[in-house]
Amino acid sequence: MRRYVFYKLLHTLGVALGVLTLVFLALRLSGDPAAMMVPPDASLQDIRAWRHELGLDVPLHEQYLRFLRDGLHGKFGTSFKHGVPAWPLVTERMWATAELALVALGLALAIGMPIGIVASRTRGSSYDALAMAFAVFGQATPYFWLGLMLILVFSVQIPIFPTGGRGDWRHLVLPGITLGTFFAASVARLTRSCMLEVLGTEYVLTARAKGLSERVVTLKHALKNALIPVVTLIGLHLGSLLGGAVVTETIFAWPGVGRLIIFAISYRDYPVVQAAVFLLAMIFVSINLVVDLLYGLLDPRVRAE
Amino acid sequence: MAGASPESRPGALTMAGEDTWRLVPHLGRRRRIPMTWGSLRLVVAAVPLAVTVLAAAFAATLAPHDPLAQDLGRRLLPPSWLSGGSGAYLLGTDQIGRDVLSRIIYGARISLPIALAASALGAGVGIPLGAIAGYFRGRVDGVLSNAMDIQLSFPFLLFAISIIAVSGPGVSVLVVVLAIGSWVAYARIVRGMVLGLREKEFVQAARALGVSSGRIIARQIVPNVLPTAFVVGTLDVGRIIILEATLSFLGLGVQPPTPSWGMSLSDAREYIQIAWWTATFPGLAIMLVVLSVNQLGDGLRDILDPRLRFA
Repeated sequence: MRRYVFYKLLHTLGVALGVLTLVFLALRLSGDPAAMMVPPDASLQDIRAWRHELGLDVPLHEQYLRFLRDGLHGKFGTSFKHGVPAWPLVTERMWATAELALVALGLALAIGMPIGIVASRTRGSSYDALAMAFAVFGQATPYFWLGLMLILVFSVQIPIFPTGGRGDWRHLVLPGITLGTFFAASVARLTRSCMLEVLGTEYVLTARAKGLSERVVTLKHALKNALIPVVTLIGLHLGSLLGGAVVTETIFAWPGVGRLIIFAISYRDYPVVQAAVFLLAMIFVSINLVVDLLYGLLDPRVRAE
Repeated sequence: MAGASPESRPGALTMAGEDTWRLVPHLGRRRRIPMTWGSLRLVVAAVPLAVTVLAAAFAATLAPHDPLAQDLGRRLLPPSWLSGGSGAYLLGTDQIGRDVLSRIIYGARISLPIALAASALGAGVGIPLGAIAGYFRGRVDGVLSNAMDIQLSFPFLLFAISIIAVSGPGVSVLVVVLAIGSWVAYARIVRGMVLGLREKEFVQAARALGVSSGRIIARQIVPNVLPTAFVVGTLDVGRIIILEATLSFLGLGVQPPTPSWGMSLSDAREYIQIAWWTATFPGLAIMLVVLSVNQLGDGLRDILDPRLRFA
């Protein structure tokens, strides 16, 4: 296990560096930020001053080293819009995003897994058909439309939940469902197909032959092994969950990092965009590391590789 | 050759093979039933997509109004079957009096070609790169596989947002960004397949004959992975359509006044308290098309390549 942890840490560092390089290249090669930020009537001197301010007048490899160094020190410059350092601004908002993502994840697991398990136990029944219809529709519905429809029904027509903002638990319900539904659908689908596969194996037959109840066979013997791919799915989908958070926060005026990014882009608040992308990338890579380690705990075969 | 009996023709062997197949009823049945069920599902699944493609193709004839024509006297008219609705505007009008239905029809003209172009570009890059990684293995494969891992381990929407933040929005930027989001799907599957294909006799034979690696990849490898790549592509287009709509919704994709589904929903957000129809119908269009494409992909996969079920 120690070797596995060490190897995974090394791998994570590699991925983190790769992701940072990708972000750097995306931000620097897709256009000149100075050209986007200066007013249209700016003189050549102004532009040059801006480029110097942003450190764009040094060679690319030097810019890259600076980007990494400043990133590790949390130095991303001052927000143009808010006039305060970009990094604390972003980290402050992260709690709101984390809260929303955790609620969505919890909701997805609490809804998706039972649906998948029961569907696999009642294969071919009308319940199974209904569960799979939920999965298929859930995977085809864009976050932002689901959010709008939920507001329409549960805030406008039947005013039970607020249309946006952050406050008590009621503010979390609609954004949580919006962000969690796609994920719940994926989890339900995968849990069902993995359960079906595991339920057909010989050790499940053995467990039944021992006279164990169906409940114990399903939840203890089968589910434990069917969960392995589900954990992988969670790891793979955390990225889309963070991406979805950007959209969900925009719809529900949720004061998180995602909404901050979108606002920062429309104000061309470059330091904030950079700091936010940097933070989300690092969080994402760390979560993946945790998922990998969890995977190693669940499946001894993974450690051996 | 002209007088040869039917049995000695080259095709006769496969004919006999099929006959033998039919002699095993169990196998025959198992082969046929999923085919018909799958085909039926394909036909049903294809309907919304077909309707959308037709709408996009004949938008000028089908759309009752100019999608850009504003009529401030007829702002936020409800759909025609509600009180206050007008027969001329079946699905109502938006906040500046444009016909919702016409904008959905013209929106198909934006969303579908962008998604298809992005997927084609992604396939054009992903298939060769995947084939190269799988064929040469070693260091090339190491670099390419790591690149795929890194991209998959990063929230793509965030990546797209940061590119567009700097380059500015536009249709060509959108296509390139979405293509970057789709190439990995192709490259991963193709790489896996090629790892097996490169050991096959016909590839070994070509190599023994001194055929160059580039030619082997182009002539022997790529044609063998195309059907699978097609299935992957179909499964991926739905995701790309949603991504395009999402970026347009965030104001980072297609720019106004060009009608696009994501854009329409973004406008509708501010009027949701008083005009539900502007938020409902464009989203319904996205969902139906994505549903259709996904089901089509699932059906094609079950028929062409069931091995991909867990991919």
